[in-house]
Amino acid sequence: MSTVIKSKINKMLDKAEDPSETLEYSYAKQMELLQNVKKGVADVVTAKKRLQLQQQKLEQQVVKLDTQARQALAAGREELARTALERKQFAQTELQTLDQQVTELEAQQQGLIDKEQKLRSKLEQFRTKKEVIKAQYSAAEAQVKIGEAATGVGEEMADVGLAMQRAVDKTEGMRARASAMDELEEAGAFDDNLSLTAGQDDIDRQLHELTSGSQVDDDLAKLKAELGSGSSTPSPALEQGKPTDQPTPGGQP
Amino acid sequence: MIVRIATEDQYRLPDGDAERLNELDNEAVAAVEADDEDRFHAIFEEMLDLVRTDGHKLDGDELEESDVILPPPDLSFVEAGNEFTGDGLIPD
Repeated sequence: MSTVIKSKINKMLDKAEDPSETLEYSYAKQMELLQNVKKGVADVVTAKKRLQLQQQKLEQQVVKLDTQARQALAAGREELARTALERKQFAQTELQTLDQQVTELEAQQQGLIDKEQKLRSKLEQFRTKKEVIKAQYSAAEAQVKIGEAATGVGEEMADVGLAMQRAVDKTEGMRARASAMDELEEAGAFDDNLSLTAGQDDIDRQLHELTSGSQVDDDLAKLKAELGSGSSTPSPALEQGKPTDQPTPGGQP
Repeated sequence: MIVRIATEDQYRLPDGDAERLNELDNEAVAAVEADDEDRFHAIFEEMLDLVRTDGHKLDGDELEESDVILPPPDLSFVEAGNEFTGDGLIPD
């Protein structure tokens, strides 16, 4: 297996122009490679931000579903409360997956940054070493030695390339999943138990009706109290509790 | 012996480790061929451990070609399988 990998990395090196020549003459080429790594890091950061945004949305959703469940239960709508709790459960599971992915992306981001620094330092080392070799050895020997050092740097370059490719591939996978979720959400295509962050779905509407229903009762009770016609105030008003006939805080001793 | 763990670091290992590494490599290949995912991961971990614990990380100023390159530590079983059949990590 390792032999397979090695021969493939070698093939990758062979395909590139002579690494020592590339390294010696093509500063632009090296900078291009380092820029690529920077871009790879930026891609990972973007993907991470997006996942974090989804995390926030899901966290809000968990709080919301929890409140909704309480409301539904208080209103005696046990089935509705159950549905809300089921969704909360699902959202929490999804949140765990996202947490893992964010951690993974953070590790990848750090890995790429480390690799970039390593490559940069090896390139610098190569530049210095090359001058020393040129000064100390005969032309023919120097060529061999520089070639060896170049292979070392070339291998590092190939490895940075591989690390970046893997990071980007994984990021792409996560991004594809995230956009798929967004699209489904927008299209309202999640079925009941999968609906996560959809804004106004059935449960929302029903709960809203419940809430606005009691809101209407409250308003009505207030209005009754204001009009002074409420000698016998209905219980919702007592629970809500601020009829105007109560003493104002300012009036308290 | 210089061993690289792909996407990570290069290590200098005592030459005596070469034989053990080779054995583990063969076992890993056998596990992939036997479609034994758990076994593959266990052996692959052992290979990585051997390199990390027995080896010394190469300094940034050492420009060495590796004698052995191990696959990236996050290699999946499917990817390991592709090493023998398909394009592998690095397409030809």
